[in-house]
Amino acid sequence: MKIVVCIKQVPDTNEVKLDPKTNRLIRDGVPSIINHDDKSGIEAALQLREKVGGTVTVVCMGPPQADVALREALAMGCDDAYLLSAREFGGSDTCATAIIISTALKKIGYDLVITGRQAIDGDTAQVGPQIAENLGIPQISYAEEIEPNGDVLTVRRQYEDRHHMIDIKTPCLLTALQELAEPRYMHAGGIIDAYDKDITVWGFDDLKDGLNPDHIGLNGSPTKVVTSFGKMAKGAGTKLDVSPDEAVAAIIAKMEERHII
Amino acid sequence: MSKDLYVIAEQRDGEIAKVTFELLGEATVLAADLNEKVYAVLMGDKIKDKSQELIEAGADGVIVVEDPMLAEYVTEPYAKALTAVIKNYDPNIVLFGATSIGRDLAPRVAARVHTGLTADCTHLDIDMNKYFDFLHATSTADTASIEKRLGMDDKTLKMTRPAFGGNVMATIRCADYRPQMATVRPGVMKKIAPQAGKQGTVEEFKVEFTAADMNVDIKEVVKDTKKAVDITEAKVLVSGGRGIGSPEFYQELKKVADLLGGEISSSRANVDAGWIERDRQVGQTGKTVRPELYMACGISGAIQHIAGMENSECVIAINKNDTAAIFEVSDLGIVGDVKVIIPKLVEALDKYKAENN
Amino acid sequence: MDFKLSKTHLLQQEMYRRFAENEVKPLAEEMDETEVYSMELLAKMHKYGLMGIPYSKEYGGVGGDYLSYALCMEEVSKMDGSTGITISVHTSLCCSCIDSFGTEEQKQKFLRPLIDGSKTGCYGLTEPNAGSDAAGQQTQAVYDEATDEYIINGGKIFTTNSGFADTCVVFALTDKTAGTRGISAFVVPLKDDDGNRTPGVTVSDNIKRMGIRAASNCEVSYENVRVPAANRLGKEGQGFKIAMKALDGGRIGIAAQSVGLAQGALNEAVEYVKERKQFGRPIAAFQTTQFKLADMQTKIDAARLLTWRAACIKDAGENYGPAAAMAKLFASDVANQVCREAVQLMGGYGYCREYPVERALRDAKITEIYEGTSEVMKMVISGSMKLK
Repeated sequence: MKIVVCIKQVPDTNEVKLDPKTNRLIRDGVPSIINHDDKSGIEAALQLREKVGGTVTVVCMGPPQADVALREALAMGCDDAYLLSAREFGGSDTCATAIIISTALKKIGYDLVITGRQAIDGDTAQVGPQIAENLGIPQISYAEEIEPNGDVLTVRRQYEDRHHMIDIKTPCLLTALQELAEPRYMHAGGIIDAYDKDITVWGFDDLKDGLNPDHIGLNGSPTKVVTSFGKMAKGAGTKLDVSPDEAVAAIIAKMEERHII
Repeated sequence: MSKDLYVIAEQRDGEIAKVTFELLGEATVLAADLNEKVYAVLMGDKIKDKSQELIEAGADGVIVVEDPMLAEYVTEPYAKALTAVIKNYDPNIVLFGATSIGRDLAPRVAARVHTGLTADCTHLDIDMNKYFDFLHATSTADTASIEKRLGMDDKTLKMTRPAFGGNVMATIRCADYRPQMATVRPGVMKKIAPQAGKQGTVEEFKVEFTAADMNVDIKEVVKDTKKAVDITEAKVLVSGGRGIGSPEFYQELKKVADLLGGEISSSRANVDAGWIERDRQVGQTGKTVRPELYMACGISGAIQHIAGMENSECVIAINKNDTAAIFEVSDLGIVGDVKVIIPKLVEALDKYKAENN
Repeated sequence: MDFKLSKTHLLQQEMYRRFAENEVKPLAEEMDETEVYSMELLAKMHKYGLMGIPYSKEYGGVGGDYLSYALCMEEVSKMDGSTGITISVHTSLCCSCIDSFGTEEQKQKFLRPLIDGSKTGCYGLTEPNAGSDAAGQQTQAVYDEATDEYIINGGKIFTTNSGFADTCVVFALTDKTAGTRGISAFVVPLKDDDGNRTPGVTVSDNIKRMGIRAASNCEVSYENVRVPAANRLGKEGQGFKIAMKALDGGRIGIAAQSVGLAQGALNEAVEYVKERKQFGRPIAAFQTTQFKLADMQTKIDAARLLTWRAACIKDAGENYGPAAAMAKLFASDVANQVCREAVQLMGGYGYCREYPVERALRDAKITEIYEGTSEVMKMVISGSMKLK
């Protein structure tokens, strides 16, 4: 089975802090990591390869620095890697990103495409289903188990209140939840091998046959950012020394204000 | 010309999801600013009888797509049906709940009709003045520069959402493609009080399905009971410290947590004392949490505890000692006895739930 | 001159850091309390290559170099000194003897299982009466021509990893009259492949110690232990040279362990002083605190550079003995100073076992003692200065 895992390199949002004065994100020194769900996708792909044979290819769209994310995937055991990197791709929203990645996937070939459910920087969960649509293949998102079963994959699909056990035929796309598989570490020796391998880098020219330039990059993206801003700095907060009933009323009011209830 | 707001009604086993009513409530506000109408798109099998509920919750009309293939949610039949509705009616705006269904269906359809989609929105505006009021109240965003770019007559949907794990907010627009599509986080928008007996149109829309549309095979549908706890994933944590007096009091805290859909957690002292299991410990030597609400009950706020919870979105602390350090990191501090206040809070929440459901 | 780590080294460092944070850190406190090293953790370290870093892929190793090994030692020791020494004794004492002096056959037979993840090794040199004076060995190995075996008798002390190790490189006298030239080195299986103790080998309970308490460190006695002659490393009489060469390399590991202990303690202290408020502000806001931290970080960086330099000299195949001794001498001193200051900065909390700096301070002391005391380091360094 030819498995292709699409990954994103993201800033570790746990480390991202807001400058209290300027209300801007402090991204200096924030480490870049493979997005958690995507890493589970890599692990699931490697486990699937162990069961049914085949290869695991990893694809990442991003700046040249995303090379290290692909090396990490190789060090975990993936067979080969593609970096989609071009100035023309910059500023793409999810729709444009999915167009670029699916163009590359058509060229690479696949039986099974795995993406993470969502990325921790954007939290959109859109690129996976949009790739599946562009490729015209069925999708199962929110996958929390994958089991090969003859010529189908049996996938446990999570919902808020239930799950479905679904059989799906390849070619298809799955989006991985973090629960899908606990990612292994890179192997120390795998890291050394990873840097001996070549990563294929594709720019705009490599994909232009299948790409409409009006549908990619900042200008080709249907959605555009109007503004981004930090949330108002936390006030000192109020402290109440009141009767228990008044206290309860204040707690309820605060919960309402914060949409907890 | 693209016109009107369409809310995708989410149903499971014929029950309309709460987020749908929230979306209808919000849509009525947006529709007024646009002088357009609100329609609900109701897809399912034998589901038409739910139309009136949607009308009373704010819809001017309901478009019903019924087919056995739509009984249980599957991406392709739903995507096909919704795409047909969009092509036929040409909506201005389409709203989905940001649920595991909405977030599966919306991107698939957005790609099919090639339009923009904004995920997990927590605030929506049409009117520029209202949008600026919102920005002024919650942020330090530079509205002058936005006014210069958009003007004050802009009638596009301004979709605001958190990013970077909630560290930053962004407003997004889809100016050049229609419909403008968004998924909206459940629990954020306000539903309106149902208007009993309200009249609206109910239109059945026929979609021709073929066997090929069911491109996966659902072997089993399993309704889940509660999963194992991971306090770092909980949206609400009700946390007990030494001030709760006894291990039994965690049962009271659990009532609060259950009413809020959260979990109970603990300071280190109680874990060491064996009052509660270690995987619920918050703090430097326990887990770091950032729930939407952290309720610190009888927790003094030792430095190692604060290190584990200070990034919570909202902190409510109850402590007898009015100089407790926990108050320094609390949005709301209550000086008082948890053993008195918590049982009253349970009662009040029970009552609140009964009144608002 | 380039002070930057290569991409391969950077990614390895990242991997060792994540492993240490996720796998070692959560167990460190409990392992210290119970004085038992986790076998699950040991198995994971084998699985991900942490036990075979500077050895060739040809034998199932990682194919890294000594700098890679030093990076690993620093990262794991940030979280736990015991884990550092567990890796170090296996890697740079036990395996290195076989790698440097073993025949091809011996490497296939003994080195491969040690670095491909199947077995763990230890190193038996120190005896109750032969510490810094390692030449004062009393353990004997007598050749039995009839069976082509050596018969080993004697006792070793402070043999790290011996509580669970499968293989030990043991040093013993084959010629009592020849001084250091009378010592030979043997690969002695402490267990067979089914885990049964080798006849004649007895391993004591873990010796009660001040620090690195989770490490397994026992007395091992050998009573008429028969070892095939094919298990002898090098020639008869080469043992002392083999032992000393291993220790030279081992010192780079201990220097890196010291750097890790110090950096780990400093990191804890930095987090603490940012949070801890006294006199109305975080204690990090006081210049006395800031200057203290600046001194600590500077010392650690100096120790790290000495350590990396020694590793690079070794990787370049040059004489690294004096550089390794300087690195260990300096870094172990820094570890003790920095851990002590970290406890001081954290006050009463720092002294509590709940905070890892208390453990780091206890762990740090041994770095001035094992694999050659600081005094021995000075002997090695001054010996290289052509004073005579």
